[in-house]
Parts: sequence; C-alpha cells; structure tokens
Amino acid sequence: MIEEWAHSAIETARRRGASYADARLMDIRQRDISVKNGEVGTLAESESLGIGIRVIASGAWGFASTDRLTREGVDSCAAEAVAIAKASALAKRDDVSLAPEQAYVDTWQNPFVKDPFRIPVERQIDLLLAADKEMRRIKGVTVAEGSMSFRRIEQLFVSSIGSSIHQVKMQSGAGIVATSFAGSEIQKRSYPNSFGGQHMLQGYELVESLDLVGNAPRVAEECVGLHSAAQCPERQGTIILGGSQLGLQIHESIGHPIELDRVLGMEANFAGMSFLTTDKLRHLKYGSDLVSVVADARLEHGPGLGTFAYDDEGVPAQRIPIITNGLFSGYLSSRETAPAIGEKRSGGTMRCESWNRLPMIRMTNISIEPGSWKFDDLIADTDDAILMETNRSWSIDDRRYHFQFSTEIGWEIRGGKKTRMIKNPSYSGITTEFWNSCDAVCSREYWTLWGTPNCGKGQPQQTMGTGHGASPARFRNVRIGVAFAK
Amino acid sequence: MTTPATRKSASARRAAAAAAGGVTPAELERIAERVLKLSDADETEVEMCATVDALTRFANNTIHQHVAEQSLAISVRAVVDGRTARATTNKFDEDSLRRAAETAASLARNEPKIPGLLPMPRAQKYAKVARFFPATAAATAQDRARAVARVCKLAERGGQTAAGIFSSGSSRVLLANSRGVRAHYEQTRSEFSVTILERDSSGWAKANSPDIRAIEPEALALAASRKAAASRQPREIPPGRYTAILEPSAVLDLVGFLFYDFAATAVLDKRSCFTGRMGKKVFGENVTLWDDAYHPLQSGAPFDGEGMPRQKVLLVDSGVPKNLVYARATAKKMKARPTGHGFSLPNEYGEAPMNLVFAGGDASVDDMIRGTERGILVTRLWYIREVDPYEKIVTGMTRDGTFLVENGRLAGGIRNFRFNQSLIEMLSSVEMLGAAVRAAGEESFEMVVPAMKVRNFHFSEVTKF
Repeated sequence: MIEEWAHSAIETARRRGASYADARLMDIRQRDISVKNGEVGTLAESESLGIGIRVIASGAWGFASTDRLTREGVDSCAAEAVAIAKASALAKRDDVSLAPEQAYVDTWQNPFVKDPFRIPVERQIDLLLAADKEMRRIKGVTVAEGSMSFRRIEQLFVSSIGSSIHQVKMQSGAGIVATSFAGSEIQKRSYPNSFGGQHMLQGYELVESLDLVGNAPRVAEECVGLHSAAQCPERQGTIILGGSQLGLQIHESIGHPIELDRVLGMEANFAGMSFLTTDKLRHLKYGSDLVSVVADARLEHGPGLGTFAYDDEGVPAQRIPIITNGLFSGYLSSRETAPAIGEKRSGGTMRCESWNRLPMIRMTNISIEPGSWKFDDLIADTDDAILMETNRSWSIDDRRYHFQFSTEIGWEIRGGKKTRMIKNPSYSGITTEFWNSCDAVCSREYWTLWGTPNCGKGQPQQTMGTGHGASPARFRNVRIGVAFAK
Repeated sequence: MTTPATRKSASARRAAAAAAGGVTPAELERIAERVLKLSDADETEVEMCATVDALTRFANNTIHQHVAEQSLAISVRAVVDGRTARATTNKFDEDSLRRAAETAASLARNEPKIPGLLPMPRAQKYAKVARFFPATAAATAQDRARAVARVCKLAERGGQTAAGIFSSGSSRVLLANSRGVRAHYEQTRSEFSVTILERDSSGWAKANSPDIRAIEPEALALAASRKAAASRQPREIPPGRYTAILEPSAVLDLVGFLFYDFAATAVLDKRSCFTGRMGKKVFGENVTLWDDAYHPLQSGAPFDGEGMPRQKVLLVDSGVPKNLVYARATAKKMKARPTGHGFSLPNEYGEAPMNLVFAGGDASVDDMIRGTERGILVTRLWYIREVDPYEKIVTGMTRDGTFLVENGRLAGGIRNFRFNQSLIEMLSSVEMLGAAVRAAGEESFEMVVPAMKVRNFHFSEVTKF
C-alpha cells in the first residue's frame, strides 16, 4: 500500500507541474547500547518511517517530507514540494538540468551473517560489561565505557523517469574507551577506533570479530601509561600514521575537498568550499607517486559505510579514480553537478541521512590503494619518527588546505625500532604538501576499511557514515607537536 | 475588504493551524494518555515532539535547495524492577504505540538493575516562557524566497556572491509520566545566515530568534558584504600571540566547549576541567556566567529530560567556578539538589547547562579596536576541536572576515589563522567585554555572550587564504 503512495506522490507532483520528481520511502530501525563503569548507560531502540519527495518545477528545486503516511498525507507532501520549487524560482538564475540516467528496477541487500536485532540484548550488554570490567581492573582507569549501535535502513526510491529501487542496508558498530585522570591530565585510549569504534555494513559478526574483551586490558594499560609517557616534541620530522588515523586524514583532506558541490560554492555558508577548483582536475600533483585514492561505493570494495547498490537519486554505485599515482583525477558528483566538469553522467554519490533530508553529495568509500610495505619492514626502515595511532582531535580549514590532528597515543621510532610511548602527539600541515611527502604505504595485509559514522554536512545538517580503506603510511618533513606548543 | 484586526486574527489562526504540523496540545495529551494506559511497566514516561521545519538555502546568488519537513516523534521510557530503557517511534496508531511501550519494557527487563535509578518525578510546576510567535509559524516558502531574492540582488549589485540559509519552524513538546508529570512547551524558531564572497575575501553574519520579525536578512547581508569588501587582498602575517578582538559568534563557539564541564557527572567522572578547581580562581575577575533558561534572549523548554523545572544557576562568579548543574540521580550521588538540567533517561552523561548567559560589559567592538595598537579582529571561527580536556586547549580556524588591527584602526584583511588556545588562559586574559547578546555560531548551541578583547591569543599557524 505504502509503495503505491510513493508512486502516487510522483503522479501528484507531475500533475502539479513538476518536470522531474523522485520519492524516497525510508524505514529506519536503530538500537543503541552503552555501558559506563559497570552500569548500563543508554539502552534504546527507535524506528522512523517517512517519505521525502524531491521535485523540479519552474526550473527550480523543491523538497518536502512527512511521516503522515496516508494517501492524503503523501499527496499533500508532493503538492508542497512543488509549491516550494515554484517559490525557489523567485531567486533563480538558470533552470536546473540533470545529467541523463537510465531507469532501474532492482532490489538489493548487503550481505550479513547475523542480524544484530535478533541477538538478545542481554548478550550484547554482557559483552560490553565484560570489556568494561577488564578495563576497570587496571589501576588508574577512572572511566571505562563501551558501546554498540545497529541500524537497519530499508528504502524504496521511485522516480518520474521510471526507476523503482528497493535497498536494505544493515550497519553495525562497537567499541570501548578507557579514560584516566591523574595530576592535571586526562588521557584516553579507544579500541578499535575513536568515534564509537569500528562501524561497517555488516551484521553482529563485526562485533564478534573485534574481541573487545581481549583488547580491554591493553587499552586500559596504555591509557594509564600515557600519564608517565614523554611529551610529544615540537619539531619538523617523520611520522607514521596508523591505519585508522590515515583513514580520517583521507576523509578530511581528500574526501571533503573532492565534493563537487563544495567546489561549485553550494556549501559556502557552512561546510565551506574547496581548494580543488576545476582547473586542477588532471593537472594537480595531489600526492607522491605512491598515493592512489579511489571513491568506491561498490560491494566489491568491501562492506563500508559508503557501500550501496544505488545512490539516493537512483544512480548505480561506481568506482571513481580520485588520485592516480599522485595526480588528481576525479571528483564526487551528482546528476546536477557532473556536467560542470564535463562528465556525461553522475558519479553516483548523492546520499541522505533519513527520509526527511535532501540527498546531497557525500563521500562513499574513499580509500587509499594499499602499497607494498610490510609494517615491520617500514618500522625497521625508519631511523627517527613518531608512530601516531587513533584519532583524538581533528580540524581543517573551510577550503581544506590547513589541517591539524592529534592522536591518542604515539610511539617513538629510533634506529628502526619502536621504543618509548609518546603522549599528546599532534601534527599539522597543508594538504597537498602533506600527501606529496608520503614515501611508504603498507600492503593489503594491513589495510582496513574503517567506518566514520559521524560526518556532518548540509543545512539542515545531516550526519552520514563514510568508509575509508587505509593501511599505515609514512610521511616526511611534517610539522609535529604544534598543538601543545607554548 | 478585511480590517487589520480581522487580518491579524486570520493570520493567527493560520499560524496556529500550521504550528507543529497541526498537532495540538490536546492531541499530544490524548496520545500520551493512550501510551500510559497501554504500558504494563512499573513506571512509564512519554516524550513527544511534533515538528514543522522549513529551510531555504542559497548559493551563487540563487536558491539551490529548499526543504520542508513534518514529523511527530513519540518516545516511551519504561521502568521495570529498577531497570529502565527507551523505545521511540514516529507512528501513532494503536499497534505502534503498544509496540513502543512493549519494546521499552522488554529492553528494560533484559538488562541488569541500575543501582542509582530513582522513581520518576511527580507533577511539577513550571514558570511560563513565551517563545511561540505566530508570525514565525505562519512564514511561507514564498516569504523566505522573496527575502533571499533581495539578498541575492544586493550581492549582485556589489559584484559579490551570496550563500546562506533562511529557516523557520515550530515545535510542540509534551513530556508526561505515570506519576503525574505533564510538561507542555511550544516554540517557534527562525534563522538567517549569510556568507558574502568576493574573489579573495568573504564576510559572514548570522542571527536567530523565535520571532522571525526580529530577523533582518538585508541588514545581515549588508554587514557581511562590507566585511567581504574590507578584507579584499588579504595579507599573510606571521602566526604568534596577538591581542584578539572576538565578535560574539566567535566567543560563543569557543566558550561553548566549556558547557559539559559544568555537568556534575563530568566532575564525578573526573572528565571536567573543573575537577579540583571548584571554588578556586580559574578565570579573570570580569568573567561571570549563568545558566538561565528564563533569560529574555534565551530559548528552550523550562524543564529537563525528566520533567524537572530548570533552575537559574550561577556557574562562575567573578572568575570562580561556584556551582555545577545536576540531574536528579547525580544530585543524589553528590548530595546536592537537582537543578533541572538532566538529559532524557537512560543516558551516561547526566546533565548539562543548555542556556548559558555571560555577564557582558559596556564596550563596543569599535571601542575595542580603537584601544588596540596591534591585534586581530575575528568574525567567525570554524572546526573547533578539543586538544587537551583539562587545560581546555582547543584548536580551530578563523573564517570569513579576519582583520589586522593597527593603531586603533582596521588595517585590512589577513589570511586565516589556526589557533591552539587554552580557554582557561583566554578567560583569564579578557581586557574588555561588550554587551551580552544572543549569538549564533556553528559549533555550539545559541547562548548570550559578549564580544571580548583578549590578550595573548595563540594563533599558531596560517593557511593559504
């Protein structure tokens, strides 16, 4: 019945003057569990069902959404979308036009082994409490925390060009954190990553693969150990980034600048613009020859948070070369923006957070191609460096030139050996200078498709999950330790 | 022909019908009573929010996104044998309401007992706040689009490019529980934000208010336009410690990073920068800070996530952190009185002040500039993140209007800086304060803050534009 209403919405929009219309019906179910110091913190489930209708009328965009899923509610929503588009035309320069796309009728679901919503919640809580207990065994831990989150997104996309695409995505995430206060210092260690741990398009098997309990004592010991570690020096030098930190470095200094809506000024008021003006395409030496990056939404790339079969304007998932042996070679685009760079077709990167949000250009899985180094060989090859692992703080300017990152922990590398622990590690730089200083990337064996679940963009703001395949990599002549410089 | 009085009445009726998607307080009451009846938990709480929001977005002097949404969220919390959990739905048919109540109770039954869980509060009394404005609720897509069209024309006339948003909306909230709490709240909101761009410079201005009539899009656009023009051909000056004149939005986005440090739970967990510092001189004598949900420039409900009335709390008195805010459970643990700042349960964070009000001074930004031999005027900050949670060092960038001040005058635009600055040090170095105003930024929720002139602000690196 509800599916018919989605089609009815398209008809209503056409009847009222829309030259194009699409509708997304989304049913989102979520479970969130957290524990802190031996007690359950959050225990919640939610469901949200609604429809978002996007139209072009009078040559301008309109979008309306509702959770009143009756025929009247949906038709009224479609009519409102058209009225909004006509209002948009009051401040219009050119008519909106879209790159051509075929109609698709398809259904897709990401593969997973264990439905996390069918795993008893007490089992999930027990696992987190067991990890929490292991962390609190270590003297000096002041807060032990663990969390899991699961999200099932079922959506039907229909459009006036005849597409009808049904997709189901199952997403899981989990992680633990130890915090320690001593003297005048708060230190933190997370596993397997900050931002709630690791998140992928998988079922409960992801959580089981992480061995949260087994890793808890190490995480806690490192956290407490940081208090007596040496302060990160302030200098120009070599750094090796762990895989998850490199994933965030890719996110901030490659993933965002290649968003074509930013490049074209559409995000100027909030998220900002990009230094990657269109004249730089296929001309800019973005990184060293060892740096090759792709945007890959296909399942073949892995079950990342940016994996799907079709984007939210009905364009199939694609693999787009972004940096090829250091040369800047592609943007993330949409049906509206692709023609601006001479492309005949969208790159398929339009995504939205929920039924009540407009699809916009978002990262898919933006990943660095693995290199050839074994990790131990990379350490042995390094005379003097700091290995930095697990993000703690991240910031970059609104054109994505200048960044500064801190990580939770660092390790001094001296004479080819990992020696003492370093606290408060940080580094900063200019995007292209940094990527051009990359002289080693570890191999596939060390490559993980990390999930970043908290990417914010747009007005009203939307939070989106993105994937970033990365393995540890080395960078030369980097500014280190500026965050704590006096 | 209708008389003005009749027109006003018709407009008010339209606004009332449009508000919160036409979901009336009586309808919210009816759903709440139904959920309370359907639940077999020991105690039950229902929190509902009916929302209508719309946003007109523009860039490159044209509207490129224009959206509206209507929703009703119904969130049920069940308490069963000393355990509690929550289930939320946006469907309000009988089966969905029953399922939400059953899910909340079922989740609760399957967790261990929560040692500090308190019985739900009984009926409370709330002070009235008037934050619903019919003119805002009645604003249409055409109204916003016409205002945006005028702003785009203003930019075009100056050879500039405008980007921004104009939003309006309303919501109606009811929090009810099986022990008698019935807390109603309704509010409208509107916001206008504009960035004006030139080839190598930009300016920005933003305002929000529950009353759309208080928003002046063209005046804001003009202010942003002037900043863009005044900051053309930005110079690069070396990073270092400078006197900084921070406009209210920049102050807001910085001091907003302190808000959770005033949570009693943060101090209990030793995650607050006030751990071991309460009652000691931490900031300068001229820094006084309240949390006050009833301040005329504030917005938000007069009750917290459990339905407790929000109290006005003096957080910092002349540089000395005096009080924290407490949810009920945290207050019991710490032998204090709850202040009505708790988040919806269950959660691990406890509470936070959500209505910060800084005591201001009487200096204008022009006064601050006039008295500065060499310094930096900052319009807006961006991508602020915490570097050190105890010394409260934060990093971030300047953006959209950064100027060199020399010999008491603006000496032109400069390339944007990265900063790494301890907020404790910053609030110990405030030389001048402007009048406290309702400010809007990007990193923090709105609060009432003054412009500040601060000595030795640490601009650590410079970017390329």
